[in-house]
Amino acid sequence: MKAPMKGLLVENLSVEIASGGRLLKPVEGVSFAIGADECVALLGESGCGKSMTALALMRLLPEGARVASGSARLDGEELFALPEAAMGEIRGGRLAMIFQEPQTSLNPVMTVAEQIAEALAAHRKLNGAAAQAEAGRLLEAVGLERDRLGAYPFQLSGGQRQRALIAMMLAGEPEVLIADEPTTALDVTVQAQILNLLRDLQRQRGMGLLLITHDLDVAKDMADRVAVMYAGQIVEWASRDSLYAAPRHPYTEKLFAVLPRLERRGERLDSLPGRVPPPDAVIVGCRFAERCPAVFARCHEEAPGFHEAAPGHFARCHLADPVGRMPQGRSAVDLPPDGRRIAFRASALPTGAVLEVRDLAVHFPIRRGLFRRTVDQFKAVDGVSLSIQAGETLALVGESGCGKSTLARAVLRLLEPTRGEVRVAGEAIAGLSGEALRKKRAEMQIVFQDPFSSLNPRMHVGEILEEGMAALLPLSASQRRARIAQLLDQVGLAHDAIGRYPHEFSGGQRQRIAIARALAVQPKLLILDEPTSALDVSVQAQILNLLADLQAEHGLAYLFITHNLPVVGYLAQRVAVMRAGRIVEEGAAEALLTAPKHEYTRLLLDSAPGRGR
Amino acid sequence: MIKPVLLWSDALILLLLWSVVGLVWLARNNEALRGPWRQVMRNPVGAGTALILAVYVGIGLLDSLHYVERLPDQPGREAQYSGEVRSALDWVLTPLRENVEKTYSAPFAIQLYAKETMKGPEGGEIRDFPRLKHGGAHLADADKDFWPDVLLRGGLGMLGGLVLWLVVFPLWQRGSEGDLVAPVVSAKNKSPLTPLLERGGLASAFAWTLLAILLLAGLLVALAPYYHVLGTDKVGQDVLYLSLKSIRTGLLIGSLTTLVMLPFALSLGIAAGYFGGRIDDVIQYLYTTLNSIPGVLLIAAAVLVVQVQIEAHAELFNTAAARSDVRLLALCGILGVTGWTGLARLLRAEALKLRELEFVQAARAFGVGHGRILLRHLLPNVMHLVLITVVLDFSGLVLAEAVLSYVGVGVDPGMISFGNMINGARLELAREPVVWWQLAAAFLFMFVLVLAANLFADQVREALDPKSSGRK
Repeated sequence: MKAPMKGLLVENLSVEIASGGRLLKPVEGVSFAIGADECVALLGESGCGKSMTALALMRLLPEGARVASGSARLDGEELFALPEAAMGEIRGGRLAMIFQEPQTSLNPVMTVAEQIAEALAAHRKLNGAAAQAEAGRLLEAVGLERDRLGAYPFQLSGGQRQRALIAMMLAGEPEVLIADEPTTALDVTVQAQILNLLRDLQRQRGMGLLLITHDLDVAKDMADRVAVMYAGQIVEWASRDSLYAAPRHPYTEKLFAVLPRLERRGERLDSLPGRVPPPDAVIVGCRFAERCPAVFARCHEEAPGFHEAAPGHFARCHLADPVGRMPQGRSAVDLPPDGRRIAFRASALPTGAVLEVRDLAVHFPIRRGLFRRTVDQFKAVDGVSLSIQAGETLALVGESGCGKSTLARAVLRLLEPTRGEVRVAGEAIAGLSGEALRKKRAEMQIVFQDPFSSLNPRMHVGEILEEGMAALLPLSASQRRARIAQLLDQVGLAHDAIGRYPHEFSGGQRQRIAIARALAVQPKLLILDEPTSALDVSVQAQILNLLADLQAEHGLAYLFITHNLPVVGYLAQRVAVMRAGRIVEEGAAEALLTAPKHEYTRLLLDSAPGRGR
Repeated sequence: MIKPVLLWSDALILLLLWSVVGLVWLARNNEALRGPWRQVMRNPVGAGTALILAVYVGIGLLDSLHYVERLPDQPGREAQYSGEVRSALDWVLTPLRENVEKTYSAPFAIQLYAKETMKGPEGGEIRDFPRLKHGGAHLADADKDFWPDVLLRGGLGMLGGLVLWLVVFPLWQRGSEGDLVAPVVSAKNKSPLTPLLERGGLASAFAWTLLAILLLAGLLVALAPYYHVLGTDKVGQDVLYLSLKSIRTGLLIGSLTTLVMLPFALSLGIAAGYFGGRIDDVIQYLYTTLNSIPGVLLIAAAVLVVQVQIEAHAELFNTAAARSDVRLLALCGILGVTGWTGLARLLRAEALKLRELEFVQAARAFGVGHGRILLRHLLPNVMHLVLITVVLDFSGLVLAEAVLSYVGVGVDPGMISFGNMINGARLELAREPVVWWQLAAAFLFMFVLVLAANLFADQVREALDPKSSGRK
């Protein structure tokens, strides 16, 4: 990293937050460089400080946070030394940023043209007709029609909004563009388009691109160089090829090891125990030492330096230290061949169809006019048939809005279907009511996507787990208490969790609570509505392992709703691909994922990141 | 001889008091319920504001013990009782109540605020400000003696307050085993007394608030019988007396109206948001209609109806106090019935949001009944809104009473209330020099009450929120 250079050079950046008398350090000593015409990926799990780094570079840190030390030079110009007025010129001009949520980063009451014109007037002093013409050119550059200029954000789809936002950011002709998780909120096919667009623009315009992401596959597709962040520090910094060929930091190795893949079917995923240390923790030695599989005494005593393990490949690990490195150092990190396979389906477990859905349809009436007459039907689910055997996992794959969640709610009878039949354990649930329905409800349960909204913040864990039992099972209070303890054991939580509130737990732990809640009533069928998509990959691995164990132990049937194809390949026996309320293809997982028949399945598979450029 | 009188509002207050005491009694051994309150009391702001509120409530309760006096016996006739209902507070404040001047006088004034024609020392008629009948009447030479007298009496009063504090507080603290009192003295509120405080282990926000209240009380007790500390109003009544008497009316309007309003707002608001569809339509229709009728019109109509009813049943309301009391209750009722729409709309929006949250969906998947979902999942998650809205509405209600009094449909004009005080002061603001003390007194008393209630409610909300208690 030699200055001066074109592009953005960040050296030793630290951010501090003073909060309630404590000093948090979400970013500590971060250095990296983005050359002109280069894409750098800042890779890390949630809470590792990657967004804080981006905000610090833009000088948009939230109240109370400040840059404690370090420098950021854009073409040799020190950003942190500039007066705010000069920074305002650079921000959105030479240094621009796109955010994660296209919903909220556009002003809903201004048209696209107005918002682009605003940026043009601010950074390029273009007004009137010239600005209009330039805005049109920018829209075309990001792959939108020129006539979308007059559109309001709500008239655009998510992908179109993200394109419009990119056009806005291009208006200042940035030298470096920061993209903070630009595709996380988007469907996989749209994600592929946006990533392609970003890459093309970066190359055409010769700008630097800092791509902040948690997705190893996205980084692999996009980046020239990758910086891996952990607990506020960059732990590994290498060219993409070098990193993906041979990661040098145990954390990065673990990240690769916990990824579910089709090839890892039936294996237990490697897991990463423990949690990221909180930003106010006082750490002597290596920040990853607590969770590191290759930890040794020195790690607890001395913070590792940033060693060049291979030319241009840096890792913050004692094992990467060329001097004083143990000769067998690398092998200690090599993952033990985890041959433990999950024993599927013991013979004593129940068999037979747990769920049969025949020609199920859910239509929502579209009402218009003064008397709210029904003018049309929105066919959220339009004639779906599927069945799941005991101990089997059926993955339901589809993009947002395809009707997967509506289907799940109709199966649970949270919604009344328009037509069709749902049979759970051989019995139709449509006509049931009262006691019979309650019995059926105990046989099917659901785990939701977002572990932060699926648990009532004002009930403690004991009450949450007890609620279903109290409603559905004829158990005495002491039996319920015993069962709660047993459930906590099953999902791997400590018993003192009972009296605590959900907010005291991490995302993964909360998802465990949600699973325990569903298991409380001894269901035969568990509907998993994107149970891991809000979690980090290391936590995702833990949850997937837990689900596999529970299935093997109890012969549960899973209806696994997801858009994440690698998870599908790892976990599911059969896959159903859903689009616009219908199932377009269904079959055994391996066959379907390797040789798709329907063109939509093929499109989904091709759009999935991580297949190289 | 006296005979106790139980007005309707007194009965309601007693009922309220009993239920609060009962709840506290039931909750005293429940750690889950006690915990948040203990946290409130450990917080300096919480403890201080609680004490201030307690003083207000105490004055209000004292003012709710009504009685009538027995008139002197006349031979051959049954015992006769006075038609004038008094309260324990009136009795305590007898000197204030009876020291009535002719008309306005400024705070601490010794002369009337209006000139009068008097006999001069030489026998001729002159126009001058006459001396007050009571305010400073004990001073022989007003010009020379005024300041020494005020300072002496005030100093003695404050000394009394200080002594009382030094006696009461250690006793009280020993009694409570220091449970409620957190040792919080930061460098900034150090005073010459601090070493004493720290040595005695008394240091806490509670102690400081108590000290401030006792000093103020001592000052007033020493000065009020001899001077009109806050001046007098148009008919010469002491403004301090009026302000203290207004507290009960204000508290009553604030709390009773809230009690009437809450069931409507909670049940209708949450039900509309949660059930949606037809139920939502009906409830929305209801509150839109109610909102679109001018509130004053409804209230005026209701109060007039009550007025007619009172007159039709004069035998039931044989004293002026009873009549104005019923009118006050009717006002609370009608304010409550018309005032729930704002909170209901807020709760409906929140329930709409919560209903879609997954924990509610999960509860439905368990077959948990609607009633239980409303009670266990929705209600606790909107309580913070309810608490904040209710406390903020409280000041609005006291002010609404003032506005309604202006229109002539508020509380009985004879009843002492902040509304009537403000209303009376309103006309005199145009006077030159201005008569400001009546308005200032009402403002000061309401300001302290509402600010204390706001800060206290804030602490309660924080304590009841599991997220914030986890932080500590």
